[in-house]
Amino acid sequence: MSTAVSGPFTAESVAGAAYIAAALLFILSLAGLSRHEKARAGVLYGIAGMALALAATIWLALEGTLGTARGWTGLILLAAAVVVGGGIGLWRARVVEMTGMPELIALLHSFVGLAAVLVGWNGHLQAPALAGDLLAVHHAEVFIGVFIGAVTFTGSIVAFLKLSARMKSAPLMLPGKNAINLGALAAFAALTVWYVNDSRLELLIAVTVLAFGLGWHLVASIGGGDMPVVVSMLNSYSGWAAAAAGFLLNNDLLIITGALVGSSGAYLSYIMCRAMNRSFISVIAGGFGIAPAAATDAEQGEYREITARQTAELLFDASSVVITPGYGMAVAQAQYPVAELAHQLRARGVNVRFGIHPVAGRLPGHMNVLLAEARVPYDIVLEMDEINDDFDGTSVVLVIGANDTVNPAAAEDPTSPIAGMPVLRVWEAENVIVFKRSMAAGYAGVQNPLFFRGNTSMLFGDAKARVEDILRSLSEDPVSSPLADNAAPGQH
Amino acid sequence: MTRIGIVAEMGQETRVAATPATVRQLLELGYDVVVEKGAGESASFRDDAYTAAGAVIGGANEAWGSDVVLKVNPPTGDEIDRLAEGATLIGMLSPGLRPELVDALAARPITALALDAVPRISRAQSMDVLSSMANIAGYRAVIEAAHEFGRFFTGQVTAAGKVPPARVLVAGAGVAGLAAIGAASSLGAIVRATDPRPEVADQVKSIGGTYLPVEVGEEMTSSDGYARATSEAYNARAAEIYTEQARDVDIIITTALIPGRPAPRLLTAADVAGMRPGSVIVDMAAGQGGNVEGSVAGERVVTDNGVVILGYTDFPARLPAQASQLYGTNLLNLLRLLTKDKDGQLRIDFDDVVQRSVTVVRNGEKTWPPPPVQVSAAPVSTVRAAVPAAGMTTATPGLSAAGKAGLLAAGIAVLFLINAVAPAPLPQHFTVLMLSVVVGFYVIGKVHHALHTPLMSVTNAISGIIVIGALLQVTSNDPLVQVLAAAAVLLASINIFGGFAVTRRMLGMFARGDRARP
Repeated sequence: MSTAVSGPFTAESVAGAAYIAAALLFILSLAGLSRHEKARAGVLYGIAGMALALAATIWLALEGTLGTARGWTGLILLAAAVVVGGGIGLWRARVVEMTGMPELIALLHSFVGLAAVLVGWNGHLQAPALAGDLLAVHHAEVFIGVFIGAVTFTGSIVAFLKLSARMKSAPLMLPGKNAINLGALAAFAALTVWYVNDSRLELLIAVTVLAFGLGWHLVASIGGGDMPVVVSMLNSYSGWAAAAAGFLLNNDLLIITGALVGSSGAYLSYIMCRAMNRSFISVIAGGFGIAPAAATDAEQGEYREITARQTAELLFDASSVVITPGYGMAVAQAQYPVAELAHQLRARGVNVRFGIHPVAGRLPGHMNVLLAEARVPYDIVLEMDEINDDFDGTSVVLVIGANDTVNPAAAEDPTSPIAGMPVLRVWEAENVIVFKRSMAAGYAGVQNPLFFRGNTSMLFGDAKARVEDILRSLSEDPVSSPLADNAAPGQH
Repeated sequence: MTRIGIVAEMGQETRVAATPATVRQLLELGYDVVVEKGAGESASFRDDAYTAAGAVIGGANEAWGSDVVLKVNPPTGDEIDRLAEGATLIGMLSPGLRPELVDALAARPITALALDAVPRISRAQSMDVLSSMANIAGYRAVIEAAHEFGRFFTGQVTAAGKVPPARVLVAGAGVAGLAAIGAASSLGAIVRATDPRPEVADQVKSIGGTYLPVEVGEEMTSSDGYARATSEAYNARAAEIYTEQARDVDIIITTALIPGRPAPRLLTAADVAGMRPGSVIVDMAAGQGGNVEGSVAGERVVTDNGVVILGYTDFPARLPAQASQLYGTNLLNLLRLLTKDKDGQLRIDFDDVVQRSVTVVRNGEKTWPPPPVQVSAAPVSTVRAAVPAAGMTTATPGLSAAGKAGLLAAGIAVLFLINAVAPAPLPQHFTVLMLSVVVGFYVIGKVHHALHTPLMSVTNAISGIIVIGALLQVTSNDPLVQVLAAAAVLLASINIFGGFAVTRRMLGMFARGDRARP
């Protein structure tokens, strides 16, 4: 550690050792999350690392000042802040709905961002006695830390507002928005140089406001459907904000942790972008607007409707069923009836599995969490690559609230705006039932030819209500009245 | 309000154009429905079942006087006269085969829609009455053959000796042929099938038959979904196959039809004479001239050598309840297309190829034949053109190898520069940062996809480590710094406690299959 060590077992040396241990525990924590079996242990490692780091830092902070007035006010402020903050955190964590997970995480990112801004400001207000180059470096660190933190803060706030539908999720299309973003970056560079030479408070205020504006604009111009990328991108930013604070405070633990978080967010963003066959830049630059929709508004043809009862009959005769949920399932809160449906079908000996597209939902892995909440066993919840080859032999696919992620145009129509995006090849199954509110296009604004295929039937209405209807029909034993309704679709 | 009339069929016909189930859905489209008394009797649909479904039972005049009349078979001259002015008649009219009927219909100020003229395109499949009836007919043909055949279909080994399985040849693997193959093979017979289109081989195999190819090095790709007439070399080789097969098999079911033409002759009298006594031939094309020499439409014929030739033409009507249900559903799907707004108003849109194709007469004006429809979903040439284009767009926009190497070199140069210029603690910090980023990528890259959300919330909690920065500042001399630091501690604490707690909560939900439910 950079703080001078003046003897064995000083606060500094203990804290240094504690920081190394904490950093290792954080690495173990992330490694633990790679498998379900070790995930819970992983969280415990994380908590242990955090407790160790906090204890060591509190000791370090109070060591020299204990007993003095500012020591006491510091301790009281600290205790109050931890108790209040911890209380709020635990309370939110307990009451949050799993469908509201993306909002919560976005909001939490904003806190890290704001905390980084505050730490940066304190770095300015409490400038250490440094000379020459080191002072310049310190100034630059303050500036960079505040900038990243502020972008994270407002970006996360906008993401939170969009995810919780308090703000329109459509992308904000300001003229020359790329120029605005680049201009803000250039202004930041110029301000940094200025501040390094002349560390005036006004410059710090200016950069804070600039970064607030940039964060706001950056996320506001990205559509709701790209939120998985945005949330993980903000996760990454919050990590870099922490790393910047580490540079500022000469604290390696902050740098290590920040880098871990930063790379995790970047990696998840990369997965999401790959799943949409788009570059990170094109997502950040905002939506599908780049390729002016050659969208075939042309007449797609007729779709066929199916009733819940007919669906139940199809499921009754099915040998294997795949359910591909999308954000619509989260919106309709349909995960519980869907899980019950899967459970009942499994009890009848039907091979039921779930196929999850990497960008389904508004958060990486969002669908998995929702299904886990409804107690769907995780070993039947499969990733796109694991299930895509199995649709061929599947009797029925239930598409619940998904649209673009099952669009055959991505694979077959090279002019489609989503061409080349890997999708779940549900259309290879014998029957496809699409649960949908109406015939409106998906997030990408692209019409979905799946709905007009010969083996597709549409089941309109609220996904939750429809799945519950199917459950009712299943328990009524539809076989007893073969003429009760239309013949099953896909007959010829 | 537009009234739909369901009329009783004449003669031997047992089917009916609507069942109680489809009546219910016709009502949902906004129509009133009148069913002629006793119309569904032979299909086992009683009048009270229609009443229960919401229809009104009426006399023949009432039903025929409706705005829209639904029927199964083509109307007779008397029946055409019973239609009201401006009425719409929908049924199987076979306009291609019966020009005189089209003329008779056009003589009245009415509209006539031929359900059997639906083009064979994917979106019209739900109205394709020829397919739905052929499906039934193919099944029934096997049942009729089994009834005539004096043996088991399936092979058995019993105490009284071994029974060989019946051998069935199905000529033509269209909808009817495939249904026949499926039915015969599920009864246990050995089924072979012929068809001029080699692409059906997989379909035949998928339902338990063996495809017999006619190998003359010539391919038949149909662009309208139906089989076409074949070349001479092909015909010669096919005839040989039929002669060989006739000697070998017990049952032959022929389904070969070419639209607008007499049925092709597949089996000669000599072929039939070569079959074993007790063999059965079902000529499903007997109504269009027959695939088999000696078959008589609508009749059962026994040849001199004891071969039974069934020339029935009413196979669908022999399964009246099922046939009516499927026919009624086809009709319903057409009406859904014609009643877009579900307001009980029937509108015909000539821009829609399906609606154009089925319309034989519009307001007394003959509109038959319709312009041809290209059916084949993906013409070969366009597919070829599309492939390179698809290849271009699927390539993720990225950097060339040279560009990547350039970036890498630039990155290294920047690091050198920083290390050369930056004062003391910075280079170490960069080392730590870079190593941590690499460690992070390796650790996180292995995370199970289902755990991405917990990963995100745990990293979120960990990023609350920023609290350390705030903690070090909270004991500052400057009260403002102390307050700001306390605020930062508060915010970061929300993260730490909230992040870890919510991760634990989430992970508690994930459970394996064997422990998923109490």
